[in-house]
Amino acid sequence: MALTARNDAFVAFDGVQKSYDGETLVVKDLNLHIAKGEFLTMLGPSGSGKTTCLMMLAGFETATNGEIRLDGRPINQVPPHKRGIGMVFQNYALFPHMTVGENLSFPLEVRGMGKEERQTRIARALDMVQMGAFAARRPAQLSGGQQQRVALARALVFDPELVLMDEPLGALDKQLREHMQFEIKHLHESLGITVVYVTHDQGEALTMSDRIAVFNDGRIQQLAPPSDLYERPDNSFVAGFIGENNRLTGTVEDIAGGRALVRLATGELIDATPVNVSRKGQPTLVSIRPERVEYKPEALPEGAHTLDAEVLEFIYMGDIFRTRLRVAGSEDFVIKSRNTAGQRMLRPGEKIRIGWAPQDARALDPA
Amino acid sequence: MPADPFVTAPPALLTTSDGRPLKAALAQAQGRARRRAFLLVAPLLAFVIFTFVLPIAQMLQRSVYHDGFSANAPAVRAWFAATVPGTPPDETAFAALAQDFRQMKADKTAGLAGTRVNYTLPESRSLFTATARKADDLAPPYRDAFLAISAKWASPAVWQAMRSAASPYTSDFYLIATDFERADDGTPRRVQENQRIYVYLFVKTFVLSGVITLLCLLLAFPVAHLLATLPMARANLLMILVLLPFWTSLLVRTSSWIVMLQGQGVVNDLLVATGVVDDQNRLEMMYNQLGTIIVMTHILLPFMILPLYSVMKVIPPSYARAARSLGATSWTTFRRIYLPQTLPGIGAGAILVFILAVGYYITPALVGGADGQLISNLIDFHMDKSNWSLAAALSAMLLAGVLVIYWLYDRLVGIDNLKFG
Repeated sequence: MALTARNDAFVAFDGVQKSYDGETLVVKDLNLHIAKGEFLTMLGPSGSGKTTCLMMLAGFETATNGEIRLDGRPINQVPPHKRGIGMVFQNYALFPHMTVGENLSFPLEVRGMGKEERQTRIARALDMVQMGAFAARRPAQLSGGQQQRVALARALVFDPELVLMDEPLGALDKQLREHMQFEIKHLHESLGITVVYVTHDQGEALTMSDRIAVFNDGRIQQLAPPSDLYERPDNSFVAGFIGENNRLTGTVEDIAGGRALVRLATGELIDATPVNVSRKGQPTLVSIRPERVEYKPEALPEGAHTLDAEVLEFIYMGDIFRTRLRVAGSEDFVIKSRNTAGQRMLRPGEKIRIGWAPQDARALDPA
Repeated sequence: MPADPFVTAPPALLTTSDGRPLKAALAQAQGRARRRAFLLVAPLLAFVIFTFVLPIAQMLQRSVYHDGFSANAPAVRAWFAATVPGTPPDETAFAALAQDFRQMKADKTAGLAGTRVNYTLPESRSLFTATARKADDLAPPYRDAFLAISAKWASPAVWQAMRSAASPYTSDFYLIATDFERADDGTPRRVQENQRIYVYLFVKTFVLSGVITLLCLLLAFPVAHLLATLPMARANLLMILVLLPFWTSLLVRTSSWIVMLQGQGVVNDLLVATGVVDDQNRLEMMYNQLGTIIVMTHILLPFMILPLYSVMKVIPPSYARAARSLGATSWTTFRRIYLPQTLPGIGAGAILVFILAVGYYITPALVGGADGQLISNLIDFHMDKSNWSLAAALSAMLLAGVLVIYWLYDRLVGIDNLKFG
């Protein structure tokens, strides 16, 4: 895959480890190559090491071991102000004693740029984020969304090739956050910059990224484009972390031709695609997305195994229906169906049969 | 004529649903809470009025009011009131004076009256007490009788001084406090050069306070930064070390500095023992200006550290990181990002230390020697001598000086930029 080829990697982490106390590793053997122009998201729960990785790339933390390269040049020993990396912080970090214009002027001044060129660039950067009219305001006079735009403009005003974003939208409300996601995405596309984005919001990661690195416990659990990550999780952590999923535990009854037959603890048989199980008798955890579960018999594939289910709860959520079922002894099996014309609303107590296409159920490690 | 869209009609008076005016209803609804709040602060308010506002008002009044002469010499006062300034004293004036002196002798108040005149014309007090002793012998013609006691009674300066003392209200104390005196005709002029002391002391007090404030700032800044950035456990330990002086008596701290810095003190002994200075040339670090500066800097240091710390504590480290990521060196980051954000703390600490230093008394009195005395020591000196009015005038000038500093600070930095913690 061209994106991961070692030679044209724009940012490279090679065997990077990080420890704060000399006893535990926060980042365990990180190998990550980011291509020029890529939008890469580091996704993971707090404490998974994703922010530490970003801080090492920015130069605020030193790697305990391993090498970080930027454009082929090792930068372990380069101080942050010489790396030329733009950064957007979680709480924006706009200098409160400067106006918006002065905030944007700062990186240009420390680069010794003349006044006229500064003015041109500031105007251009502010226009880019539709904040042209606010150059004379102080950050405290702006709303959260406006501050976010200014922070973005400030990180871009000196034309860095690499921009790091540390949960930049965390403090915004849902609607604004979704709007800003698209704006950042469009800026990334139109400017051709490389972006490394840290978030714990999987929706954000799926919306914006070219590739997502899912972090847990100091390691990358899976590095893949959003669709692969969602539809083909490599392990049960990724399956559980990205999107909602139903988990059924059982043992592999038969495995052949990319199909596994799994016997659940309650005795039923289901179809699944083996991901990290390889032989009969292995314990496994089968993961199925709620929207891939079918309960209309005509929509089920030929010969698919089905399970008995009882409707426990039906929630009307507007665009979708969310139904909680009792399936194979589990009481939190969820299915989601779109609110299309003629969609049937299930009633609590109703007995139905559910099933799915074998490729939508993934037999993973029994975490 | 079409209605101007930019002029809206004045809003109709709003009323509540039962017809009362909204404003009255609001005032009534909030009145109870306001009265309760006032009751809570009332004890402190009364305390402040009785122990702070009233004494200061009394001090200010005393600095322009002295009735030592005017209350005890009613007859002469009446004569002054009846004549224009500059009138040479005639026989009626001396007769009035004789009448007052007899009364003063009976009341034993000649010293008091003389003290007041003495402020305007030095050496008048002895003239008054000497004359009062012989008051019973005074007989007409009074002019000759007075001149027989002292030729000074013919001097226009004495009569000018008495005329000015005849009114209990006077600006004389402020004249004295700014190194002025009254010439024979009553016009102010500067005193002899070798007698000028107050202005010099005021200037010295303010300059020394400025130096101490600057030293405190230089020493406190790194400590406060350390306090704000260290991990909690170690920061707490350091904070205890900073606060320790607060829990120790001022006298103990000052005395221990004497032990450290005096001629035969610890520091000098060490320097002599290590051969840095020889025994004949021990450093003079105590009982002079240097001693005052060292000890006061140490004592006032916490007042600088604490406001700085409280400001630095809330500056998120992400500002410095942002500046670094934008390409600033650590020095530029400090100068353009960190320092400006600590200004409210610097301002608060500086104004606190400066105002405390300007009025400091005990430390310069103990370690200042001759040239380390500040204006407050002189105020104390005059209070000891019962020159209450002069002490009050000096204090009032000190107060005015502090207020001017405060006003300047407000104009330059803004008082709302102050953060004490």
